[in-house]
Amino acid sequence: MVSTLTKMGQSGLLLLSQCGKAGLLLSSVVLRKPQFRKGFSLVLQQIYAEGVLSLLIIMVSGLFIGMVVALQGYHTLVKFGASQQLGPLVALSVLRELGPVVTALLFAGRACSALTAEIGLMKATEQLSSMEMMAVDPIHRVIAPRLWGGFISMPLLTIIFNAVAIYGAFLVGVKWLGLDAGAFWSNMQSSVDFNEDVLKGIYKSVVFGLVMTWIALYQGFYAVPTSAGISNATTRTVVYASLAVLGLDFILTTMMIGGW
Amino acid sequence: MLSQRIIETTVGLFMLAAIAALLMLAFKVSGLTSFFQREGYDITAEFDDIGQLKVRGPVKIGGVTIGEVTKIHLDPTTYRAIVTMHIDARVKDIPKDSSASILTAGLLGDNYIAITPMYAEDFLANGNQIQNTHSAMILEKMIGQFIFNAGHSTKDTSKNATNGEKT
Repeated sequence: MVSTLTKMGQSGLLLLSQCGKAGLLLSSVVLRKPQFRKGFSLVLQQIYAEGVLSLLIIMVSGLFIGMVVALQGYHTLVKFGASQQLGPLVALSVLRELGPVVTALLFAGRACSALTAEIGLMKATEQLSSMEMMAVDPIHRVIAPRLWGGFISMPLLTIIFNAVAIYGAFLVGVKWLGLDAGAFWSNMQSSVDFNEDVLKGIYKSVVFGLVMTWIALYQGFYAVPTSAGISNATTRTVVYASLAVLGLDFILTTMMIGGW
Repeated sequence: MLSQRIIETTVGLFMLAAIAALLMLAFKVSGLTSFFQREGYDITAEFDDIGQLKVRGPVKIGGVTIGEVTKIHLDPTTYRAIVTMHIDARVKDIPKDSSASILTAGLLGDNYIAITPMYAEDFLANGNQIQNTHSAMILEKMIGQFIFNAGHSTKDTSKNATNGEKT
């Protein structure tokens, strides 16, 4: 009885200290004096590694998701004789939900896991401690550019995903199923609002990008420096980042719909 | 590792692609055109009831869209709705005595303003007001009126019938 209580207390304290360490890591990145000239090329390299290299998987999945949503939506809408509303259906579901969330999940698998593994291996091979020996702060040199890289890449990837998915829906709806192209676009334009639908989806993706890279960097930076520890940390990154995205998506959607 | 120059170029291309995608989302998908208002002029009209008319609703003559609703507000003294419309520059000659009415596209569609041209010699210019207006038809009101009338008319006929019997 007492031992289970102590175990629960221990795990609670451990969780609390982990949260504290993660918060300190984020604050030490965000609250430091920005060094634009030195940091710029490092951030650029990270945007390349996290954003540009993820572009292919994002575009291919965007195309297929847009095509599948259009196909499914068409076969449901045609029962009600409302196949003209396919454009709004696809555009709204992609812009509001599918775009930010699917991009974030792919980003977690493609970029965040790589971040954790990279930093974990840097720690295991003592590159981080040797940096400290040379009076280079690893948080500024290694962690900060990766965080900003993810923060900038995520919304850009989401915008590209949205555009490609809507183009995929256009291909299926207009080119294959033979809807009228004018009605497809004009119905879409009349029901999609730029601030309400397009921008709110992008706000979501900004939050997702920050939270996911933060989780990945924390897991890598505090990984147990063994091969098993790094593999555990990578798994945890993908699991926690995906769960955080889905949970945050619900909270952000309630906030946006509730008009907070 | 690639050279810094190649990385910079590809990141630049990535950003350009994202901006192009955002522009596509803005103009092709959400139809955001109010930043660049097209050449044209504004006219106003007062309505008793505008129903479900919204800002950016279309303005049509003979079914052809010639402009859009840009502003809707309430006159604080007369309690009538003042609708401001932006008409394309290519439609210059709308006679001054034309009438504006609020119609519904289909049974459950959105409302739009239909302008019916009349025969005056001088034309509407920027800031002018259309005097002759017809309010939106509101389905609930019409049903209410119909039921009221129906109730009235049956009473009338029954009265007449009883009168007839008496005389």
